[in-house]
This record gives sequence, C-alpha cells and structure tokens, in this order.
Amino acid sequence: MNAISASEIKTLRLSIYRYDPLKQEKPYMQDFDIDIPAEKDLMVLDVLMLAKEQDPSISFRRSCREGVCGSDGLNINGKNGLGCITPLSDAIKSNKLSIRPLPGLPVIKDLIVDMKQFVDQYKKVKPYLITDKKVDTREAIPQTIEEREKLDGLYECIMCGCCSTACPSFWWNPDKFLGPAALLQAYRFIADSRDTATEERLEQLEDAFSVFRCHGIMNCVSVCPKGLNPTKAIGEIKKMLVKRAL
Amino acid sequence: MAMNGKGTLLDASTLPVKEFDGIIVGGGGSGMMASLQLAKSGMNTAVVSKVFPTRSHTVSAQGGITCSIQSADPDDDWRWHMFDTVKGSDFIGDQDSIEYMCKEGPEAIFELENMGLPFSRTEEGKIYQRAFGGQSKDYGKGGQAERTCAAADRTGHALLHTLFQANVKAGTNFLSEWFAVDLVKNQNDQVVGVIAFEIESGEPYFLKSKATVLATGGAGRIYQTTSNALINTGDGTGMALRAGFPVQDMEMWQFHPTGIHGHGTLVTEGCRGEGGYLVNKDGERFMERYAPNYKDLASRDVVARSMFTEILEGRGCGPDADHVYLKLDHLGPEIVHKRLPGVTELSKRFAHVDPAEHPIPVVPTCHYAMGGIPTNVHGQVISQNPDGTDKIIDGLYAAGEAACVSVHGGNRLGGNSLLDLIVFGRSAGLHIEESFKAGIKMDDPSSDDVDYALRNLNRVNVSQSGENFVEVKKDLQKTMQMNFGVFRTEELMENGIKEVSDLRDKSQNIHLADKSSQFNTARVEALELLNLIEVAEATAISANERKESRGAHSREDYPDRDDENWLKHSIYFSDTKQVSKRDVNFRPKQVQAFQPIVRTY
Repeated sequence: MNAISASEIKTLRLSIYRYDPLKQEKPYMQDFDIDIPAEKDLMVLDVLMLAKEQDPSISFRRSCREGVCGSDGLNINGKNGLGCITPLSDAIKSNKLSIRPLPGLPVIKDLIVDMKQFVDQYKKVKPYLITDKKVDTREAIPQTIEEREKLDGLYECIMCGCCSTACPSFWWNPDKFLGPAALLQAYRFIADSRDTATEERLEQLEDAFSVFRCHGIMNCVSVCPKGLNPTKAIGEIKKMLVKRAL
Repeated sequence: MAMNGKGTLLDASTLPVKEFDGIIVGGGGSGMMASLQLAKSGMNTAVVSKVFPTRSHTVSAQGGITCSIQSADPDDDWRWHMFDTVKGSDFIGDQDSIEYMCKEGPEAIFELENMGLPFSRTEEGKIYQRAFGGQSKDYGKGGQAERTCAAADRTGHALLHTLFQANVKAGTNFLSEWFAVDLVKNQNDQVVGVIAFEIESGEPYFLKSKATVLATGGAGRIYQTTSNALINTGDGTGMALRAGFPVQDMEMWQFHPTGIHGHGTLVTEGCRGEGGYLVNKDGERFMERYAPNYKDLASRDVVARSMFTEILEGRGCGPDADHVYLKLDHLGPEIVHKRLPGVTELSKRFAHVDPAEHPIPVVPTCHYAMGGIPTNVHGQVISQNPDGTDKIIDGLYAAGEAACVSVHGGNRLGGNSLLDLIVFGRSAGLHIEESFKAGIKMDDPSSDDVDYALRNLNRVNVSQSGENFVEVKKDLQKTMQMNFGVFRTEELMENGIKEVSDLRDKSQNIHLADKSSQFNTARVEALELLNLIEVAEATAISANERKESRGAHSREDYPDRDDENWLKHSIYFSDTKQVSKRDVNFRPKQVQAFQPIVRTY
C-alpha cells in the first residue's frame, strides 16, 4: 500500500458513491476537494462530514463517532471498515480516497445500504440466552472467570456488517448462508456456560448452507473493526457439528 | 406526497395513522427496558428510533452500573448507595426517587444478568464490581466502596445488545430509522401520540397511542466539545418544551473529567477506579490537594473543577498547557489491557498512546444532563399548576437521560445513569401496563390538534429560503461552550442568553434546500436543530436564574451553596421563558431523609 502520511496532505481528492433511486437510473462517483488541517490525522468520517457541508444532500449513517455503535460501516478505498475509527493515514492511497457503500447489500441512498437481510440472519440464530437453569431475579446465574473468558472475542460484535458484506459466500447466498456476524453471535450463546440450548442451536445450523458455506476465506477477520475472529468461531461450530454427526 | 418538495402542506385529513397501545420514542437503554416490559405483557408496542436501536448512545457507556448487589462486599447496603447519591446530587436529588432506584436496582441487575448480559465475574462466580467516584461504605464513614457492576469496560454495549436481543425475543415492533417530530395533544392537554416520518421513504405518519414514552436520551450536542454521540440532540426534550411542558434543573450539566484531549471521547471513571490517577505538568497527583480523602475518586463535578483550576493556574500539560494527564502505566499491561480493553483501544485511536505505557491527555468534556423532563417514579411527566403544585400529564411518560425523575440532582455519580435507565424504563413500562389493565379513556385529537403538531415539519418542508441550519448549529455550540461551561458568571451568561435568543430567531427561518424524500439526512438535521435550540435556551435561562453554586453549576459571582433560597428544583417553560421553583422531595418511604451537609470528599 502506498500509504502517505496525512501530515503532507493539504487538499484531499474525495470520491463518493452517489445514488438516489428516485432521481437517477445509475449510481455515479462524485468528486470533492476537501481542505484538511495539515497537522491532524482526521478520520474518514470527519472528511465525510466536511464533504456534507459542501453538499448537504450526501447521505450516510453515523452516531457514536468512536467505533462502538457500528453505524458507519463503509467501503473505504476498497476495504470495509468504520469511517469514524479509520484514520486517513491508514486509508489513503496516492492522495485519493474513494468511499462506497458496503458491498453486497441493496443501496437505499448513497452510502446507506439496506441492512434487513443482515439483521434477519442475526435474528435467525436466536441471539438471546436460552436456559433451563434456575433463573431468579434475586441472584445471578453463577459463572466462573474462566467460563466468562470464553465470551471474550464474541460478545463485542457491534453489528456494523463489515464482515458479512466482505464475505463472498454471503454475497452468493445471503438468504441461506448466515454470514460471519450471525454465526459469531450463534457461537457467543453456544459458548456461554449459562445457555443450555446448545443442542437446539446446533440442530438449527445443521444443513449445507447455514454454516458450511464458509470456506475459510477470512475476509471477515481482516476487516473486523473490533479485531474479532468470526472464522474461528465458525470453525468451532463446524467441529461441534461434525462431532455431533459421528 | 408532500415530502417530495412540491411545497404541499401536510394536514390531518391526508395523514396516515398507525395506532399502538404504547409508543416508545428512543431505542436506547431506557426505551428498550420500557418496551420489553410492554411487549412481555402482550401489548402492541412500537419503539420509534431515529437510528437502529443498537446505535443508541447507551452503547458508549463504559464503566458500569452502580448497584448494591453485595457481590464485592456482602455487607453492602442500598441505603449507603442512597446516601452517596443524595450527597452526590448536592441535596437536590429527590429522595423518594433515589430510594426507589437504589432499592429496586438489584432486581433489575439480576434480571439483566438472567437475560444474558455478560458481566465480568469474581473468583466466586458472582458479578464483578469495581470502585467508582463518590462511593462510600456506611454513609460516608467506612471508606471507598466497590459498587459498580461491570462487563469489562463495555458495560453499555453489553447492556444495550442484551436488551435489543430480549426485545427481539419478546416480539417488540421496531420502527427503526423513524424520526419523531412533535407530540400530538388533544383539547384536554393529554398526549395522544407523535408525528413521525420514516426516514427511508420520507413518509410522515400520525403514530397514535394512549401512552407515549420519551426515551430520547441526552443533548450534549448543544456544546462544542462533548462525549455524546452525534445523535444526542435532545429530541424528546425539545418536543416536550414545544408542547408546553416544562423541563427541570436544565442548568445542571455534567462535565466528565476524562475526555480525550482534542476529541471529547471519554475514557471511563473506572480507570481511576482501577487505580489510575490524574497528574499536572509537574507530575503532581493534584487531587490529593482538592479531595484529601477520596482523591481521584471524588465526585465528577469536584474533579472537573479541580482539573480546570490546575489548567487556569498554569499547571496544565502539553504545549498549550490546556489539559492534564491520566496515568495508568503504573498498573501494568495485565490490568490495563484486561480490565480496560476498550479504553486501550480508544486511547490508541484518538490519543495515539497505549495507556499501559504512556499517560492519556485528558480534559473535562460535556457528558450528561442531570436535568430534563420532570417525572415521578412511574415515569409520568409532571407539569406545574398555576399555584405551583404538580400536575400529571395524561398519556406522556419520560425515562432515562431525557427525564428528570431527579435521582441525580445537581451532579450524577458515575454508574448511576445505567441504573437510572433500567430502573425507571421498567417502572414506566409497569405503570403503563397497569393503566391499560385499569382502562384508559382519552379523547381523539381534533384535526387542528394534528395540524398544529405538523407545523414544524411543514415549515421546514416548504422553506424556500432562509438560514443555513448547519451554521446556526455551529454558532449555538460555540456560544454554549463559551458562556455556559464549568465556571459561570452573570456577565457571560447574559451575553450567552442574548446570542441563543438571536439563534432561536434564526432557527425559526431555516432553509432545507434538499427536499428529496429518500433517506434525507439533511431534513433530520434541520429538525434536530429545533430541539437543540430548545434545550440550549432552557439551559441558558435556568443557569442564569440559579444564583448559587451547587453540584455541576458553579458560579464565580455566587460561589456558595444557598440552601435557604435554592434547595429547590428549577422549572422552566419555553413559552414564557420563566423559571420557577419546585420543592425537592425529602420524604423517602423507608429511611429517614438525609439532610443537607457540607459536601466534601
């Protein structure tokens, strides 16, 4: 990557994907020249907000601006990531920055994709605790430090969609392959010592598509802005499914 | 449709109506706690949220939920938590509400754990609790307590996702990415729903309901530098003020001590709970001077003022001497990276330092509104009769940061906001459920009532020329930052009030150039400005009126607390721009009221 230091940049050529299905037949790229402070390493979201001051009709989602809400998953110079925590110094190639919507999902407008398919897959894995342990609002279900540590790397998902929309298997079968985000969530509950529905969960995943369309390409791992590893979680589910079948 | 820019006015006769048993505006912690309660009881519930629920600002809460669950200390007592909270509030927190929160809290915490919230754990397999500011044992006599239940330093994220998941399970109806514009009232001053539009299509609706809950969170975006998300624009507070309902204690804004310098993003108070401390440019641990007992874990208003005093007296760090350092490196990478993984990540991103090796540059940042829409413990919104007595507004509830049930008074303790939103989100839900069982009768609004609620949306939609709302917003944030910060004076505030008033006039004449209907975020931002203006003006006028220093409200011209005149809530109405007083509740049900004492840490 020909990364150049942001401190050398004065004016940035920003190219943004534009599409309003009610107004245009086809999407197009719109160029902006953005003046940015030389000494500061802005985030991609900062630059998008500067562009929106030039043209208020640009639409994108944003909320926390600190990488925890998952609103601003974007395709930044070809790689999925969160606008608010991707510094220009990491993103920029040859003084150019191209921002497109997350790939593989229908575009509602400009950088805003329709997340319905993504959320539907999430809901399919029953993303909530199912337990036949004694539940009592006067105490916690006991869990050891070691049991709780098994959830580290699983519960932190922010549902930004960067992983699933970087996954070729999800592009091909977004309705049948659950995708890395939903599968990470499925494993988060399988791995939880308090959850007693492992058998029910595995049974639901046991078909040719839900899990097994993952071919270990690992795009999900390379783009996850929280540094999570869905491929590993999927591997664990596969192992459990294979063991169960034997 | 009128949204397409042809300049047609919307009116009641053509506006589509959707009817629900309960409408919750806002999909954060308090909103989803309320909706969960309603959905579980089988009511037809809709959560109207301008963002997908897990994007709500609750997600950013780091350190934890303070609650006496007796995990770190089997002898812990909710009454001690109550004492700390009353003292932290500088004695204008309502003691009936604080009692309710501290007493009911444990049940709500265990309910969340039972739902799956991945709390960190102790050696005994219980929920992990850490030390936070202003926490004591034995009514301030037994030293520092450890009372804040934590999921690493991502407690808000864990809480919000758990609540979303529980709502998915319960079948809550989410109107996700819908923007609520204004409340609809009938002729009896009852609230019968909201005007809202689906952002994706731009289609407006009258969402009709016998119970509307405002759970829209804070409004930190009235300031230039804030820890708050970009979405925190006080929408419910603005709606309530425009509908003629009051706000309470709006002068009370918390400045969180440890915002990352130059960005405003927070690092949790849990950093100091885990043993971190603040130093000035001489490397001095200066909080030892200001708060000899609690030091860095004094309450937030005290720490923030001490930091600014260091900076103003020339002991700040950095080339501009405009911040101080938060030191964590002495704790070692094991503690820092394990207990504070989120802080490590934020610090590397926004301050370019690994806190296990270098101190984090920090400066106080606007964080939390203690004030808001006044409610009782059931979340019912309260207005004032002409004689100053309370009047309950039928059909309208508020919970969470948008509300002022007044558990925080003049200063909120760390970890009490998450507790506030789960306890009072739930109590609002419970009250609505009970009311429905008992039967609610309400008159339909007239078409004039609906048209009146459409006025702002119409005005923005048909605007042909006028002010640039982005510029007005920037000017507003600047004047609030300059004139209503940590230290206040009459001179600054009167200047600020004038500027805010001018900006209000401009906001009445804003121009939305882009009239397109499909996911038009400019329309949302233009309407958000109207809410920011309401909140800012309420803050400005209330702050100037409270002629004393109490909690987060610190005046150089009135440096002392004045219990004789101001052991009171301030109540502000937008239409008259007048501030009146309301009694603080000193009538808890099960304990003796805590009387005001000199507040030291």
